[in-house]
Amino acid sequence: MQARLGFSYYPGCSVEGMNRAYDKSTQLVCKALDIDLAELNDWNCCGASAYMSINEMKAHLLSARNLALAEKEKKDLVVVCPACLTTLTKTNHYLAEEPRFKRNIGTALKAANLQYFGSVKVRHLLEVIVNEVGEQEVKARIKRKLLGLKVAPYYGCQLTRPFGEIDHKEFPLILDKLLTWIGAEPVNFPLKTKCCGGILMMTNENVALGLNRNILDCAKQNGAECIITICPLCHMNIETYQDDVNKMFGTDFKVPALYFTQLMGLAFGFSRKELGIDEEMISSRPLLEKHLEVIA
Amino acid sequence: MHAETVERTQHALGEVFLHDVYGIPGGDKVKECIQCGTCSASCPTSYAMDYTPREIIAAFRAGLLEKVLKSNTIWLCSSCYSCTVRCPSGIKLTDIMYELKRLAIEFGLAPEGAKAPVVAELFAEIVDKNGRVAEVPLVTRFMLKTNPFGAFKMIPRATKLFTRGRMPLTSHKIKGTAELEKCAGAMTAPLVSGLHPGSAREGGN
Repeated sequence: MQARLGFSYYPGCSVEGMNRAYDKSTQLVCKALDIDLAELNDWNCCGASAYMSINEMKAHLLSARNLALAEKEKKDLVVVCPACLTTLTKTNHYLAEEPRFKRNIGTALKAANLQYFGSVKVRHLLEVIVNEVGEQEVKARIKRKLLGLKVAPYYGCQLTRPFGEIDHKEFPLILDKLLTWIGAEPVNFPLKTKCCGGILMMTNENVALGLNRNILDCAKQNGAECIITICPLCHMNIETYQDDVNKMFGTDFKVPALYFTQLMGLAFGFSRKELGIDEEMISSRPLLEKHLEVIA
Repeated sequence: MHAETVERTQHALGEVFLHDVYGIPGGDKVKECIQCGTCSASCPTSYAMDYTPREIIAAFRAGLLEKVLKSNTIWLCSSCYSCTVRCPSGIKLTDIMYELKRLAIEFGLAPEGAKAPVVAELFAEIVDKNGRVAEVPLVTRFMLKTNPFGAFKMIPRATKLFTRGRMPLTSHKIKGTAELEKCAGAMTAPLVSGLHPGSAREGGN
């Protein structure tokens, strides 16, 4: 048995809002894997892309406060949203590499009796499970088989870009690997790191719908029965806008999408309800009934 | 902030741009652009842009940056970082896009009716007030501001999400908002460069 892993947990605004199923399934899967997640007390917005377009330094300050709070807990910070990952990591890099930047942030934090020495590592849950927990421990918890479920592993942009610290920037395999451990069959998916449009779905809907059409089309062409996501924004766009895509392009997509933690949770024996499955717009129920088999 | 803005707008737009970009770690690579067009070819939304990412750098060199800022180009950048990781000269185009977005807002050049600057400003306003962003209030305020009648079109979708428990209407205000405000007040510069905006030419030469 491995030593228990302990992290501070940063859910992020999107998971706290319209994507609570991601949070629910994360908590359950981590519990099953003996990963202690303690939600970072009074965390704030990471300063993601929208804030960066308004005030650069303050966006970094938002990240820096989270890092300072995490350092107090003497634990690394686990995130589930790739956009939070990129923002927090960028601030961490600048703090380590740019003395002038560090001074400015340091002065600002000091005004509220906060300080940050740079010891916190920001990690995505997917990477923690694959690299820290590992194949053996994951497989040991499987209670149900996913009989030949063909899935499209959809990484989106910011898990691996721009830093590429977790995996290849354009053709990562880390999620593919995890999915095979739990018995699913990841299909070849060339658009696995192509953009879903993110916030453009609000501001330039036609462009974003086109991007989602391409991703859905690619998943289907390659035989995927569902799409597995790791990003709340990707999930929202790919899962809840298929009606709009169909209307715009005359297509008939009806591809269920699940968070990787939801699929893991199913394999670990948790119920659909506990994992927030059935909250999606396109039901995965018929698909799961076809593929799930109880082992014991 | 207002006094600084006036001071910055007295400089030519291209000068302020270069100063700010040089302030981004690794930002000086911008001068090594070879106009190969890898960025434009990698960009998932360049097909809809008035000027592609490659053309932005060309426009800057030709002193035509204002034209770019007045177009839809920068607001179609979704920050996917495809251009950044593929650029053979190591130019951080996504960070440059952020800089251009800030400049467009600061200099009042964003095109009339563009929705992206509205989202960004609402987003920042909500974060400043609550410390976090609740998505439903953000989307609602955004719709009312940009397309109040179009909001009706959203009702079927919103209803579906609501009945599935995916439309939490409440927003959480963190305890640390005053703390954040104090920190922001103590910041010595609004940009990563950390230079006083008046000294626009001191960037990195």
